[in-house]
Amino acid sequence: MTSGTADLQAAPGRVPPTLRLEGVSKTFRATRALDDVTVEVRPGEIHGLLGTNGSGKSTLIKILAGYHAPDPGGRLYFNGTEVSLPLAASDFRRLGMSFVHQNLGLLPSLTVLENLRLKQVALAPRVHLNWRRERAEAQAVLDRYGLDIPLWRRVDELSAVNRALLAIVRAFEEIREGCEASGRPGLVLLDEPTPFLPEEGVKRLFALMREIRATGSSVLFISHDIDEVMEITDRATILRDGRVSGDVETKTASHDDMIELIIGRSLGAAKARPETARTFAPGLSLKGLEGKGVAPLSIEIGEGEVIGLTGLIGAGYDLVPYLVFGATPATAGELVLDGRSLPLAAMTPARAIAENLALLPGDREAKSGVGSLSIADNMLLPDVSDWFRGGLLRNRAMRREAKRLGDAYEVRPNDPDRPLSSLSGGNAQKVLIARWIKRKPRLLLLDEPTQGVDVGTRARIFDAIAAEAAGGMSVLCASSDAEQLARICDRVLVFARGRVVRELTGAEVTKDHITQACYASLDRPDRSPT
Amino acid sequence: MTTEDRAHAAARRMRLFERYALLVVWALLILGFSIALPNSFPRWGNFSILFASYAPAALLALAIIIPLTSGDYDLSVGAVMTLSSCLIAVLNAWMGLPILLCLVLAVLAGVAVGLFHAFFIVYVRIPSLVVTLGSTSLISGIVQWFTKSSTIGGIDNALIMSVVGGRLFGVPYAFYYAFAAVVVLWYIFDYTPLGRRLLFVGRGREVARLNGIAVERVRVGALVASSVVASCAGILYAGVLGSADPYSGLNYLLPAFAAAFLGSTTIMPGRFNPWGAMVAVYFLGTGITGLTMLGIPLWVTNVFNGGALILAVTISQLTRGREAPDIG
Repeated sequence: MTSGTADLQAAPGRVPPTLRLEGVSKTFRATRALDDVTVEVRPGEIHGLLGTNGSGKSTLIKILAGYHAPDPGGRLYFNGTEVSLPLAASDFRRLGMSFVHQNLGLLPSLTVLENLRLKQVALAPRVHLNWRRERAEAQAVLDRYGLDIPLWRRVDELSAVNRALLAIVRAFEEIREGCEASGRPGLVLLDEPTPFLPEEGVKRLFALMREIRATGSSVLFISHDIDEVMEITDRATILRDGRVSGDVETKTASHDDMIELIIGRSLGAAKARPETARTFAPGLSLKGLEGKGVAPLSIEIGEGEVIGLTGLIGAGYDLVPYLVFGATPATAGELVLDGRSLPLAAMTPARAIAENLALLPGDREAKSGVGSLSIADNMLLPDVSDWFRGGLLRNRAMRREAKRLGDAYEVRPNDPDRPLSSLSGGNAQKVLIARWIKRKPRLLLLDEPTQGVDVGTRARIFDAIAAEAAGGMSVLCASSDAEQLARICDRVLVFARGRVVRELTGAEVTKDHITQACYASLDRPDRSPT
Repeated sequence: MTTEDRAHAAARRMRLFERYALLVVWALLILGFSIALPNSFPRWGNFSILFASYAPAALLALAIIIPLTSGDYDLSVGAVMTLSSCLIAVLNAWMGLPILLCLVLAVLAGVAVGLFHAFFIVYVRIPSLVVTLGSTSLISGIVQWFTKSSTIGGIDNALIMSVVGGRLFGVPYAFYYAFAAVVVLWYIFDYTPLGRRLLFVGRGREVARLNGIAVERVRVGALVASSVVASCAGILYAGVLGSADPYSGLNYLLPAFAAAFLGSTTIMPGRFNPWGAMVAVYFLGTGITGLTMLGIPLWVTNVFNGGALILAVTISQLTRGREAPDIG
């Protein structure tokens, strides 16, 4: 950090920064998610916030949104006035901040008008709604930013670009009135709005951000995409492992400077793993897998091979396990195993299980296990028919088996009768991974297998995967966690825009190489850094 | 360690109390009415009638908990029961078809209604509440049309004899049919893989699907089973009354729902379970019988049933803490 508190006091005549976070830390049990972070956003500035997964970006945002309380000691200034931390959940709006999260926060079944005037319509103290006035005001807002969207359209009928633009306009409108009244600038925080937008949409988004800047307010633009940050921002703060690794003037920085700040060393400097690529007996193969967000994809998966699938957000790598398992419908492609070719367009989870595939989804609560049902029932769900003997479901034997598996996978507390929700995230994940691994699957499909899982459990899960892979189980693991991929994978495929753009094998499978490859995946000739 | 053990023991005692609390309250209710009406209430004949006359309601409660377990409401069970009993009366008393054939046709009508529901709920994806509310009115209308809105007597005596014509251990046969249905459902829920699948479909449809369960087939099956059991309730109802009318059966919907939810707070708290539903039906029946004998006006029955439903759902929500309810 170049500018400190001294600056603030030394130059009383200067315009204070719109937002200044000073010395903010956040500790989650043993891990330090943020360590003495200082970020400053000046008025009338588009400020980038960059960093890998786990660098602390989202923790920082959640502190500003009043969702997390930071460790004591940090300070927050808004337009030069100190605001006491932690913030309450509604403080940010009062201060003049508004957020656009990745899911945009629009109500898809309501119209553009209703979404735009949601606060006025839903929270107005009046009894009577003057729709004509609401309509006129909403139209004025759209006109001000040059958005050509019919007010009466349902939001789910809009294009992805228009939805994003609408969300941003609404966020800015939320604070505009307050800002005009007080004469002080506001701040709009955009959390990864671009990964799912086409090129043209990104341009329109940037034009809108420039318009907001022109009013004197600021934008904090959170992104993975270095090129976009280079193009649109005036300055940027880069986080690495919870610390600020750099504050740069975008104009004077180069693309490689940015990568170095994000990853910690420049491209090509990463140390090689002192081993060569292992070879595997041919196992199964994917041919021409195609689906929403995934371009035709072919992978040869060796017997006992662990293949990582990664990329930046929106790259499509995380869709592959679901397409292979038939959880989301594939449009084309086939899975070849034992010389048989199974069309993937006709794959269903039931068929996949019959072929002894296994899928551990990333969304544990909604897709993987039922919290209100017992650990034993959750663990033995795909095999429940095996316990039906002599006309009776052998509940006691199921409980015994669940207890035995719980011991083997170190589930704590290991009481098969308790509901799954009584376990911590890590222990629940052990239960669900045991469910599949006990079946000795041919191919285990994983999506973020250690998300929200503590370090000890991670190691336990990795060991279990490694042990089964040694016994011939193949694994496809989609993950954005480079460290995890480096730890378990024999080979890593890096995705961008639904395609494999890079394959890392043998000595290249290291955390740094994977992260670098992800960022390098976005190098596009059409948008070179200026 | 000792404090933890003590806490464990306390929790276990609490669970045990929770499981049998309704039985205790039932006993207290019987005791209370017996003290208030020492000459008329505590008589075996009284209970014998209670056991027979609430057997159709018990079947209805069972019909309700099947789709509730797999995550769908069936509000039409009262109408289906009426449809079945009136169909038997019309086909048997007016058209002279043999009673066994009438029973088969009544059950088939249940299958047809179940498939009708399943088509709209599972394939067209309309909320079950809406579909079954609509079909309640639809079926009631059709029943009024083919019965000409009249009460039909003269059903084959064989049916009446086999439902209320005799007693086993002092209890009319009708009760044992409901009892047998409870045992069958208990077996399916607790001792077959199907029961486990039903539960997973209800609590986590996506989880069930990703574990290879044919979610749609399970839901269709549950809806058809619900209407079939409701038709069987209609058979018992026709047998208990010896006649059929197009209106009175509808009054059983609310007590049956109240019993289904009240039953989910007992025996196996937190789950819709057949034993709990049965106990709850007879608990509510006892309350209504007692109140009626006390000479309390008819409107109290409605207040009692409605109050019991809301109270039952409240209790089941409180006992399950902040866990999501089965139906949301």
